[in-house]
Formats: sequence, C-alpha cells, structure tokens
Amino acid sequence: MKKRKLAGILLSLSLSAGVMAGCGAASTGGSGGKETIKVGANLELSGGVASYGQSIAEGLQLGLDELNKKGIDGKKIKLVKVDNKSEAAEATSGSLKLVSQDKVAAVIGAATSTNTLAQVQIAQSNKVPLITPTGTNPEITNKGGKVNDYVFRTCFIDPFQGTVAANFATDKLKTKKAAVFIDSASDYSKGLASAFKSAYKKNGGSIVAEEAYVAKDTDFRATLTRLKAAKPDFIFLPGYYEEVGLIIKQAREIGIEAPFMGGDGWDSPKLVEIAGPKALNNTYITNHYSSGDPDKKIQDFVSAFKKKYKGKSPDAFSALGYDTAYYLADAIKRSGDASPEKIAKALAKTKDLSLVSGKLTLDKNHDPIKSASILEYKDGKQEFNTKINP
Amino acid sequence: MELIQQLVNGISLGSIYALIALGYTMVYGIVKLINFAHGDVFMVGSFVGFYSITVLHLPFIVSLILSMAVCAVFGVLIERIAYKPLRNATRIAALITAIGVSLLIEYGFIYVRGAQPEAYPGDVLPEHAIHIFGAKINSQSLLILGVSVALMIILQFIVHKTKIGKAMRAVSFDAEAARLMGINVDRTISATFAIGSALAGAAGVAFGVYYIKIEPLMGVIPGLKAFVAAVLGGIGIIPGAMVGGLLLGVIESLVSAFGYSLWRDGAAFIVLILILIFLPSGLFGKYKREKV
Repeated sequence: MKKRKLAGILLSLSLSAGVMAGCGAASTGGSGGKETIKVGANLELSGGVASYGQSIAEGLQLGLDELNKKGIDGKKIKLVKVDNKSEAAEATSGSLKLVSQDKVAAVIGAATSTNTLAQVQIAQSNKVPLITPTGTNPEITNKGGKVNDYVFRTCFIDPFQGTVAANFATDKLKTKKAAVFIDSASDYSKGLASAFKSAYKKNGGSIVAEEAYVAKDTDFRATLTRLKAAKPDFIFLPGYYEEVGLIIKQAREIGIEAPFMGGDGWDSPKLVEIAGPKALNNTYITNHYSSGDPDKKIQDFVSAFKKKYKGKSPDAFSALGYDTAYYLADAIKRSGDASPEKIAKALAKTKDLSLVSGKLTLDKNHDPIKSASILEYKDGKQEFNTKINP
Repeated sequence: MELIQQLVNGISLGSIYALIALGYTMVYGIVKLINFAHGDVFMVGSFVGFYSITVLHLPFIVSLILSMAVCAVFGVLIERIAYKPLRNATRIAALITAIGVSLLIEYGFIYVRGAQPEAYPGDVLPEHAIHIFGAKINSQSLLILGVSVALMIILQFIVHKTKIGKAMRAVSFDAEAARLMGINVDRTISATFAIGSALAGAAGVAFGVYYIKIEPLMGVIPGLKAFVAAVLGGIGIIPGAMVGGLLLGVIESLVSAFGYSLWRDGAAFIVLILILIFLPSGLFGKYKREKV
C-alpha cells in the first residue's frame, strides 16, 4: 500500500511536469509553414490496448500517404504522433503537448472512449478539433444535451452497437435469458451494456444476471461460476480484448457453453491468442466493417493495405484510421484556410462522404449515421455474418 | 455444487499466493525486511518462462526449472546490490529501498520491452476436465496445486533437514550469535533470497499457464496479496505463509461467489486490517509483549 501511495506521488509529479513543459512551450512555439498542415495523433501505441492504437496508426498513415501524393489543394499533411501508453492521464498531457507545443490544426485520437474523454476538455478550450476514429461512447461528442463543438468521431456510437447486439440476440439467435458482464472501470463497456439491456428487454427478453469486473483482473472464475448458476442462454460481454480473452477461456473451462457477444473492443489478434480458437467458437461481435465484405471500395483498401504492410490484413481499427484521414482531408478542403476553427465547422457539415466503413453523414450531435457488420468467430477466424443498416 | 466449484477456484488462486508469500516470509524471517520487489521477481519469472516456452521451445518442466534458476540469481543480485549495503541502516531505509527497487524493475522492464501484454500458448499443458460433484476441475489447476505442494514440501525439507536450512534458522533466531558460531551470515542470507526468488519464479510460470495473460505490472497486485497472505499466517513463519495464501484465495473466491466481485481486492486488504488489529502476529505467530 505504501507502494501504491508512492506510485501516486510519482505519477502526479510527472504529470505536473508535463503540464508545465506544455505551458513553457506555448509562448515560444511558432506557426507551421503554409505548405504543410500539422495534424497530431494521440494514440495507444504502447500499453494495455496497444494493438488498437497501432492498427489505427497504420491505417491513418496509409490514408495520409495516398492523400499527400495528390496533395490537398496543394498542401500536405504532416503527422505528429504521441503515445498515450493506453492511460487517460497520459492522453491528457499528450493532447496538451500537441495543441500548445506543436500547434497542430487537429488532433486524431484516441482509440478508446476513456482516453478520448480525457482530451475533450483540451480540444474545447483551445478550439482545436479532436477526431476519435474509434471512441464510441456518446458522451464524447454530447455531454448532458450539449454538443461539444470541437469533438468528432468516425465511428458509430455505443447505443447503436448495443442495440444491434440485442436485436441479433433475440431475432437471429432466438435467445430469451441474457446475462451482462461489464468492465466497471470503462465508460465504453457501461455504454454498450445499458443500450443492450433496454433493447433486449424491449424485444421481450429478460436479463437474468448482471456482474462486473475491473480492467486488469485476471481471475474471473468465481464470478463466472455465479453467472453459470443463473443459466443464461446468451452472455453480453462488452469489454476489451485483454480481459475478454481470459473471461471466455475461463468460462469455457468451467463449462459455460452459451454464446458470448461483444463490440469492437474484442477486435484484436491478441484475443485469439489469449482465449484460444476453440473457446472462441460460438461468439459474435458487432464491428465497423469486415475485410471479408465483397464491396469494391473495401477490397481496394484491403489490397492497398496488404501491399504496404507485408500481407497484413487490416482490422476495423485500421479501416477507421484510414477513413479518419479522408474525413479530415475532406473537411480541410472545404475549410478554405485550414485553420482549426474552420476545419471544425467543415467537419460538422460532412454529408454523404463515401468511406471504407460506409457512407458517413453527421447528425446534429456530431455522431455519424452508418451501418454495422456482425462477425462470427470460427476456429479463431472472423467471418462476415450480416450487415445491419441504421 | 457452486460452492465446491468456488472452493476449487479459490484453492488454485491461493496456491499461487502461497508460493509468492513464502518468499516474503522467508526474507522477513531472516533480515526483517519486507521485500516489496518480490512481486516483480514473480513477474520476471513469468516472462522467463514465457520466452523459454515460445522462443526456446522448452517443455513445461524445463521452463519451470530455468525460470526458477534465473529468478534465484536475480534475487541474489537484488540483495547484493540494493539491500546488503543497508544491512545496518534503519529498517525504514531498507523498506524505502525495496519500494525503489520494485519500481525500478517494473519500469525498467517496460522501458526495455514495452508495456504490451503477452499470452502464454494454450497448449503448454494437456487439458482435461474432471467432473466431481457437479464441479468442473481443470487438469491445469490440479497441476498447479501439485507443483505448489511439491515445492512447499521440498522447502520444508531444505529448512529442517539440511545444513543450509539449519544455518537459516540460526541466523533468523539471532544473526550475531550465529556469526559467533562460525556461520557465514552473508551467504545464508543470499541463499534465503535465492530460494524465495526461485519460488516466486515458479509461481510466475504457474500463473502464466493458468491465467495466460502476462504483462510487466502483473506482479503488483499478486505481490501485495501475497504480502497480506504472509501477514495473515504470521510473517516470518513458513507454514503460516502457505495457510495464509490458501485462505486468502478461498476468501476472495467466496466474496465473488456472494456477488461482491468488485469488493474482492478490498476484501483482501480488510483481512489485513482485521489481522493487524486483532492478531498482530498472525494466525501462527506467537504474540510477544514488548518489554520496556
């Protein structure tokens, strides 16, 4: 416990050092040249959910390379990356550095809702647009009925994922008794779960058990044994792959055979490594796109990505990272002078922009209206199941 | 039925706590130091096991032994570099150093290899499920229990039947008197660190096989829990650490079983507080009144 306290003191010291460094630089930083537009990327390049951040960075880089080849009205985008180490506090100080020291025109990031929420205040008070490629929590763009003017996203929002999962569970899987197992430390997990619960009940199902865990837990057997006793025929598990992998593995070990379903937080090759391909059978996720979708735009992107990254197949994070580059470039083009305020205004007016993850139109809450894909795990491989339109 | 399953879950978790707690308790018994870096030795052991299984393709038992050997050397190095110069300093100085060493190992490790987690391959041990009274017992959890019990028996043998064990008990009883009797105190302390760290290494490999996911900060919470287990059993007393570890594992499982899963970590520390208030020297400790 002493150790905890000490870690806390160290953390706060390093944090305040970061803040002060940001302040010092603000007064001396100069503005970038006219030909290049600086864009910041605040992503999870290391830490617990590093695979999200890295996937986004790869997709983003591919998109920017393509755009820079042609130029955006004669200008090029220069990317400044910071690693937020998958921690909210690091995300805040990283964003502060990008805005005050590097004077970027826009910030892209972060991958998770929690780390994006940690940057919202900085974007709002400095009037620099923040675009999260994959942060799905509704509060990111709209807190208490008030829209955040400078915050945008490329993906759909949690209630949509939760509702799609509930409809799939009742209509396609014909289940009646669902259990919900959430990560109580994650805004993302809670958001999906509450949307799932209300949609599932509306469809005539009942929620027979609700349990929670905290990120970084490793032993779920006790709670799972309790879940098993409630005899659900469907388990909704909106978490991130690190814990989800362990939960599914341990659940199958103690004999829970019911289907599991989650959101885009599952989408990582590490999930298959941790849970094992066999345990993952009979599990589903809602996702932003599927590389198995026969659509031409998607297949062009998949082959360009494979060419750049040595045959690696792009996941949804890469696709959304790529889309974010085009989403931003489109707004820069329409903004005129590429100033942060004008870009934000242009982003808000995006309509029918054709992207890899579907046609994007922004609603009044800055939330895109677009389609969702349902994928099924079969022997460790994701297979395209259906596509559900809003 | 559910209760039996929960007891099985608790005993598997508890045997890992017990293995780590043994290292805490042995070191405390001999130099009166709470070695907070012990949880990080556990982490290093887990990673050594991981790399020897995935990179060197060694079988489980060989990886276990290799990991124990590396951790033993690592433990002795920590003792020689960080703690030995402070042997005669105040206890608080040694304690703060231990915290420093712990943070150094954790963040040094992250600096070298990054913070991303790794997954133990799922096929290290054969997997069978055994059904008893409606509970499903995994063969892996039995093996982990087996490894823990075997190591504890070996430890008891070393402490009570060998020369080094006798020296350890003598130093623990009175280091000055032991030195006068011709016992090499420094070497005995190193041996204690080596054995304790080897046990932590074994616990690390067992943890990896059982829980799959390992990461550089994985030692923090199990380390603190094992410390609680050691205090619960009576710090400095070897059988106390075993019983304390198993008991703590079962308590945690039962707390989750009754639907308070979010209170599980809290429960462990409530146990620590209660023990410190009502039984300051632990379940197995003798309460000695301090004379002024």
